Amino acid sequence: MKKLKGFIKELLSNRYGLAGVIILVPYVILAIFAPFLTPYGPYEMGGLKEVLLPPCKEHILGTDDMGRDVWSQLVYGARVSMTVGFLAAAFGVLLGTFVGLLAGFYGGVVDEVLMRITDMFLVMPTLPLMIVLAAVLGPSIWNIILVIAVTGWPGTARVIRSQVLSVKERPFFEAAVCIGEGDLGLMFFEVLPCVLPIVFAESVLWVADAIYSEAVLSFLGLGDPTHISWGMMLNFAFSSGVMARAWWWVYPPGMSIAFVVLGFTFIGSAINEIVSPKYKEV
Amino acid sequence: MNAYWRFLIKKALITILTIFVTLTANFFIFRIMPGDPAKLLLNDPRLKKENIELVKKQLGLDKPLWQQYLIYMKESFKGNFGISFVHNVPVSQIIAQRLPQTLLLLSVAIAISTVVGIAVGAICGWKRGSKLDATLLTASLISYMVPTFWIGIVLLMVFSLWLGWFPVGGITTIGGGAGIPRWLDVLKHMFLPTVALVLWYAGEYVILMRGSMLDVMKEDYILTAKAKGLRSLTILKDHAVRNALLPVVTLIALNIGWMVGGCIEVEVVFSWPGMGKLIYDAVLKRDYPVLQGCFVIITITVILANLIADLIYGYIDPRIRRGTM
Repeated sequence: MKKLKGFIKELLSNRYGLAGVIILVPYVILAIFAPFLTPYGPYEMGGLKEVLLPPCKEHILGTDDMGRDVWSQLVYGARVSMTVGFLAAAFGVLLGTFVGLLAGFYGGVVDEVLMRITDMFLVMPTLPLMIVLAAVLGPSIWNIILVIAVTGWPGTARVIRSQVLSVKERPFFEAAVCIGEGDLGLMFFEVLPCVLPIVFAESVLWVADAIYSEAVLSFLGLGDPTHISWGMMLNFAFSSGVMARAWWWVYPPGMSIAFVVLGFTFIGSAINEIVSPKYKEV
Repeated sequence: MNAYWRFLIKKALITILTIFVTLTANFFIFRIMPGDPAKLLLNDPRLKKENIELVKKQLGLDKPLWQQYLIYMKESFKGNFGISFVHNVPVSQIIAQRLPQTLLLLSVAIAISTVVGIAVGAICGWKRGSKLDATLLTASLISYMVPTFWIGIVLLMVFSLWLGWFPVGGITTIGGGAGIPRWLDVLKHMFLPTVALVLWYAGEYVILMRGSMLDVMKEDYILTAKAKGLRSLTILKDHAVRNALLPVVTLIALNIGWMVGGCIEVEVVFSWPGMGKLIYDAVLKRDYPVLQGCFVIITITVILANLIADLIYGYIDPRIRRGTM
């Protein structure tokens, strides 16, 4: 607990960390308390007179072409976008960490094979691969999460591998080897704790990437129609053909994506800055 | 054997292997995954009768899976990716039509953003910590983080739909003539998509170039140059920028996969008739053969571009040529 407090203090004293927190806190509050902050449901359609209303008292961000409240969609969209971001990042980082750990720890042939596979994924253009996978798997929020995680792990694997290699050079590791600790013990109790801070920083940066990817996929019409995300709002606006008459429908979701991506990137870089020097001292 | 040659052969082998894996993955993605799109390939009502027989023979659907795989590989190497459901013509023919349009947009955008990004990044690195640096860096960060497709939408709304300065989409006006007027027309259609792409690419290049400049500025030879009393412009131009360029140029080349992604987003927004728009339409209409063909062609192009970038980098950087890295 004390460590966590110290960490938060450090994060807030970092210029980028503070900026990131300031950007993200409102969005996290929106996502958590969505039902209490929205006067309408995100799918609740209005009557004919409520179509494409500009911002007014009843609809603070106006309505879309089906009379749905844009503010409510935006707030629930925060939920969808961030959930997808967190879960996709968690799975991707987990997979990347595992591969990086194995490759760095065993070295030799294992390393060679895993890193060649990683390299293959790294040179592949991510978006076309995601589009193909999402199109074949079908529109569901879990498929989107899977697709983002599958295409994103190689970067993490590379970072973790290089960290593992440097941990292996340290005296305490040699000591652990000398007292006869097994492979699994060495990997999970000696090496993993040392790379965890970097894993954490990677995960946060990854959330930013994942949220962006989800937005693009949903904008391209590959999203889950039962979960309105920011990308999907833009997809609706774009394909409605009337977006020129409804700036209130187009600006909020796009700016929200940008802010949230920026926020996570700031915090991720700040964590990187905080954990890196400490990590060298250990 | 010379170290550069060894490096070259290793890279080439990995490239061939990656292309092979891509083709294999493409085969299995579309056959083993839920819904079995391979069967859909035959049952799609939009496919003309005479083409159904052709597809059946081409895919070898009456044969076991491993034979289907061999047939698929052989056909892929011949550049045969099946027949589009929607257009009822060979996929390769459609791609051959669309690819040049994407390359045109992509190359112009990359050229402009490289120049802009490197110049701005060099200024930021040179004047690091100043107000100018902070402003330019923040602007770059924002233009890099804002979704490219959304920038496109906003540009489209403001400059095409409200102000009417630019066309709403496409590549030419119908019946727009030939020769120079036609090219001017294409330029006019290209302007907004290019701006959207440049805003994104250049944002990233600025960040890269600035970082590279900061590394270079710490080097002793910059201090030496200053001590020799060289004019600061000379130091900037001949000592700092020149050395900072190398890693940036390589990263630009290696990032081609990302750039293609941005291009897809922008093409969709501006209905630019390239590969991105083709993929989008294929997804909307579940035109699987087109989707497969696009995926393979884009991936192989990107893989080859990466190989070329690697080779150039290896040639420029003596450390790789001598095998010390």
